[in-house]
Amino acid sequence: MNAAVDFKNVDIVFGAAQKEALELIDKGATRAEILEKTGAVLGCAECNLTVNEGDISVLMGLSGSGKSTLLRAVNRLNVPARGSVMVTDDGRQVDVASCDNATLRHIRQTRVAMVFQQFGLLPWRTVEENVGLGLELSGVREAERKERVRKQLALVGLEQWAKKYAHELSGGMQQRVGLARAFATEAPILLMDEPFSALDPLIRTKLQDELLQLQEKLKKTIIFVSHDLEEALKIGSHISIMEGGRIVQTGAPEDIVLRPANDYVREFISNVNPLSVLTAWNVMRDRRDLEHAGEDGWLWLDRRQTTRFKIDADGLVAAAERNGQPAIWLSCDEVEALPPDAPRVFWARPGTSLKTVMLAMHRSQTSPVALFDEQSRFVGAIGIRDVLSAVLRR
Amino acid sequence: MDPVSAFISGFKIPIGRWGKQFFDFLTTNFEWFFNSIASGLATALEGIVDGLLWLPPIALILLIAALAWYLQRSWKLALGVTIGLLFIVNQGLWKETVETLVLVVAAAACSMAIGVPIGIWAAHSERGYRFLQPILDLMQTMPTFVYLIPVLILFGLGIAPGLIVTVIFAAPAPIRLTYLGITSVPTPMIEAGEAFGATRRQLLWKVELPAALPTIMAGLTQCIMLSLSMVVIAALIGANGLGKPVVRALNSVNIPLGLEAGLAIVILAIILDRMSRIGNGGAK
Repeated sequence: MNAAVDFKNVDIVFGAAQKEALELIDKGATRAEILEKTGAVLGCAECNLTVNEGDISVLMGLSGSGKSTLLRAVNRLNVPARGSVMVTDDGRQVDVASCDNATLRHIRQTRVAMVFQQFGLLPWRTVEENVGLGLELSGVREAERKERVRKQLALVGLEQWAKKYAHELSGGMQQRVGLARAFATEAPILLMDEPFSALDPLIRTKLQDELLQLQEKLKKTIIFVSHDLEEALKIGSHISIMEGGRIVQTGAPEDIVLRPANDYVREFISNVNPLSVLTAWNVMRDRRDLEHAGEDGWLWLDRRQTTRFKIDADGLVAAAERNGQPAIWLSCDEVEALPPDAPRVFWARPGTSLKTVMLAMHRSQTSPVALFDEQSRFVGAIGIRDVLSAVLRR
Repeated sequence: MDPVSAFISGFKIPIGRWGKQFFDFLTTNFEWFFNSIASGLATALEGIVDGLLWLPPIALILLIAALAWYLQRSWKLALGVTIGLLFIVNQGLWKETVETLVLVVAAAACSMAIGVPIGIWAAHSERGYRFLQPILDLMQTMPTFVYLIPVLILFGLGIAPGLIVTVIFAAPAPIRLTYLGITSVPTPMIEAGEAFGATRRQLLWKVELPAALPTIMAGLTQCIMLSLSMVVIAALIGANGLGKPVVRALNSVNIPLGLEAGLAIVILAIILDRMSRIGNGGAK
């Protein structure tokens, strides 16, 4: 995995007293203390984050937490007071924070594109002229520009709107124009500053889905700013939670939900429905942690000892027993199709959603659910207590 | 007089004399410079006036009406322009009207040529605007008659000093409105340009100026109106045009002549105002 963007100890300070503010940052001062002592506003402090190619990295936080400020350091709309932001440009690493203006322009024209919260479209230009802005600025000839613009408009489904002015379009369409404009430069890195916050919920969900579909094809590196955790959990491959200008936790969505680093993160996730992020893998007990149930590789799947599996030398299930009766084992995916009778145990894949696992438990008189890997080897089990503790975050 | 007032007024600071010395210095040392400007301007403007008067009035009227239609795509306006100008011909003020038209358009063009770049510069330089602001205030509040005298001394009588006082009076409008237009371009638009790698020049031409265009065009309209309001003053220092009959009417208490010339100025003002409203529903 190659790092596409690498933030190293980035501090951003707004105001004249930069030096004094940096000294206070080193002492670990909060934003309020820095403001009171120096009059400077802390944008972000000591931010370290590596975004790998193809990732969707979401910066999360309440307004004023420094998430947009950090994002805008990638194309130097905000200038870091200290630290570096490394971006790959033609195979070499460039520090955007300190590079010369020509390099910066080259990066802005070809490496890093941006989508804005309020769209940032130019109202005197038609849709196609807006989409072609980046190409026009980097001096792409008109014929080639037209062709590339047409392709991007087709991608976001706006071909027949090419000659309209931006204000004649709805908000959702305007942001599609913003997306097309960012795609048109073919920059591999995409900065998205709360791109869907100004849209109504239905359109927002639709554009999130479209973005994920486009990402399947385009494989960009996306840094996405959001204040909406549901959105972050939906689209992010990694999430960084920011508070008062500092990153307090970085991790995969389920890490954030299962292992919040502090009370701030815990509060943040308290309103999130864990069923929408967690998978069987996140809640299972590992095979090695299960109790032995006699000789010949029998293992208890649950603490109450109602269900046991016999695992053979290859890690495959050889026999199952529930409440002392031989049982069959079935995939969770078939849970809807079957009538609720006969002792049976369901199994799931690591990526099966927690919701499906719970449904399987419900249909089998709360029997535990086994976890099989892609080769059908037994890897662990989920008891009812594991589910409850994950949902209740205990 | 009480002693304090007597003390304060005891020694008068010779502001007026210093000013006169300064202008004496200019006239004795740079007379050639101001004279060549004056004669150059006069030759150019009078040449244009002669050229336009060489055309039969009806041809010029139709040309102006066609221009009105081209700028605003309105048959009503073109018709109104024709009728208004025919009325002026009927009143026997055609020559004066053409002279005024040339003076006003030239003054507005000069004001825009000076004002727009200065406005752009001020918008990009905080210190520049702070330095400029008192000068603009001075240009707009100093009574016209005060700088009429030095301009008269430096440039003599005629159309050239008329043009210069008009520009002094009218230029602050485009400067201020250009400044206003550029500084009020929404930040997201500027950042969109920057984020896609615009140079400063590209940012100016592709983002700032188009965004500020409606405000700058309002500056043009204002500038034309301010120039027209200087017609009578310009006549006092010898510029030909509709101001001349107004001044003559005032001196000889000639109500009919004053009314005719005044009406012609109003008609010209309305025509120029309607024609110069570019960007408000007119051609882009």
